[in-house]
Amino acid sequence: MSVISNIRARSASGVATADGAAAEVEWVPSWSERRREAMVYLPGLLLPIAILVVWQLYVSAANVSPTVLPTPIRIVTQLYEQREIAWINTAQTLEEMAVGFVLSVIVALLIAFVMDNLRWVRNALYPTLIASQTIPVIAIAPLMIIWFGFGLLPKVLLIVLVTFFPIVVALLDGFAATEREAMDLLRTMGSSRLQTFRLVRFPGALPNFFTGLRISATYAVLAAIFAEYVGAYHGLGIWMSQSKSSFRTDLVFGAIGICALISIALFALIAIASRFVMPWHYAARRKG
Amino acid sequence: MEAATTRAVSAGVELHGVSKTFRDGRRAVQVLKDIQFTAEPGEFVSVIGPSGCGKSTLFKLVAGLERADTGTTEIAGKAVEPGDHPVAYMPQKDLLLPWRSVIRNVTMPLEIGGLGKSEAIERARKLFPIFGLEGFEDAYPFTLSGGMRQRAALMRTVIQERPLMLLDEPFGALDSLTRTEMQEFLLDVWDRFGHTIVFITHDIREAIYLSDTIYVMTARPARVRMKISVDLPRPRNIDVITAPRFTELEAELLHALREENRQQEATI
Ligand SMILES: Nc1ncnc2c1ncn2[C@@H]1O[C@H](COP(=O)(O)OP(=O)(O)OP(=O)(O)O)[C@@H](O)[C@H]1O
Ligand SMILES: [Mg+2]
Repeated sequence: MSVISNIRARSASGVATADGAAAEVEWVPSWSERRREAMVYLPGLLLPIAILVVWQLYVSAANVSPTVLPTPIRIVTQLYEQREIAWINTAQTLEEMAVGFVLSVIVALLIAFVMDNLRWVRNALYPTLIASQTIPVIAIAPLMIIWFGFGLLPKVLLIVLVTFFPIVVALLDGFAATEREAMDLLRTMGSSRLQTFRLVRFPGALPNFFTGLRISATYAVLAAIFAEYVGAYHGLGIWMSQSKSSFRTDLVFGAIGICALISIALFALIAIASRFVMPWHYAARRKG
Repeated sequence: MEAATTRAVSAGVELHGVSKTFRDGRRAVQVLKDIQFTAEPGEFVSVIGPSGCGKSTLFKLVAGLERADTGTTEIAGKAVEPGDHPVAYMPQKDLLLPWRSVIRNVTMPLEIGGLGKSEAIERARKLFPIFGLEGFEDAYPFTLSGGMRQRAALMRTVIQERPLMLLDEPFGALDSLTRTEMQEFLLDVWDRFGHTIVFITHDIREAIYLSDTIYVMTARPARVRMKISVDLPRPRNIDVITAPRFTELEAELLHALREENRQQEATI
């Protein structure tokens, strides 16, 4: 298959090879191209499968009691049997995470914006923010339950507390990395501080923002589970705790598996969002 | 083109006794020393000098981005007030924003000035054929060659229609053929718009071909070493480089620059 046939001309604008002759070119991956792309993900899939296979074989061969270590097959079948309960708890955790994470991103954007524009706020707030990150979740989670009860609020607050900081730091770094010359140029065009922020500082910080978001995403799952573990009506965390107390180790592992899937889904969601928001970033990277 | 027929008001620029010293930490570097500089309204003035002598710094003072330690800077006969933007400035780096298409980069100064997006795009679109960038309106800057990027940056400067344009080595990254084309093009634009142009270059021939007046700066700290009036008739075309007077000026400038470069090397 020739390379030429992979390139489909679209309209008279965009990427072109020669000065003057412009034609937007769209890359249509061939089958071999697709296969090579799939190969990139293959090791990432194979490793967990290999672990599960070894696990299954070892537990069956050594005759380990299911309350100590259930086989993967047992975990999946039991999870399927308990699917209604599993879903109720998963839905609860998902709700907390969605509300908490969205709120966290909004809070982080606001704080970073204010800190970037008002030096005194930045100086006043930074030490407190860093200190807020050293509060152990183990200590604060039970207190949250005492203060705010068993409902949604303490979970959301804990998720925000744990996840907003990496986003703020990433944004501030991104803002600070703006080229001074670019800001100067805009100043000669009569740009106000706010315009400069909107046109240069913020878009330039977007790659950093998404890096911060990915780091926070893993914390968000952990924070939700932890908050539930110490007190909740529903949720994967409290379900784990209950399953453990009733010696249903298989369901504990089932809940862990669901958490892992949630994390991966959240990562994928962020990756998709970043491609949607910053097509220029990925286009430039592909070019190298 | 409608915009091209309306002549922008041109503004002269005048610097008197301007000095500038940069201090970072304990080190102090004097960059400009007692600069006397004049560009008459509508004049094309070039500035040449050794690398690192302070040419870009001079532009930043005029554009209001840096403050002089001493001396006065007047544009159109009055001191530049904060909030005034009489200058369209093209920095040495093209500084095209990677997240904006070429046309949105070009329209940015208009949008900052409060013009509606569609109106700004309409105005910019007319300039693309002139700058040889037709068909690249919606491309991202990273897809352009170095020369194309510089033309886009020049377009972003010209579209502002300010009475004074400061161009910092605008053709540095161009091959000689494109460079010649762009020089002719710039003269054409200058002829139509009639703004004052101050132009930094390292290329002596380029300076003679384009300018009414050429300032030669000394090695750092930059002072004005000499001011030459280019008494070649206009309109000029590229054949002018074979004229005897052209060769004479070239020899004179080359001699002066050589000496300054030697001085510069001696101080480093
Ligand atoms: N903000 C600054 N702080 C400290 N030093 C500076 C600053 N800006 C410029 N300089 C110094 O001033 C000197 C002149 O710089 P400038 O960029 O004006 O030179 P130039 O003549 O434009 O050089 P080139 O021809 O290489 O572009 C250099 O030695 C540079 O290091
Ligand atoms: Mg310079």
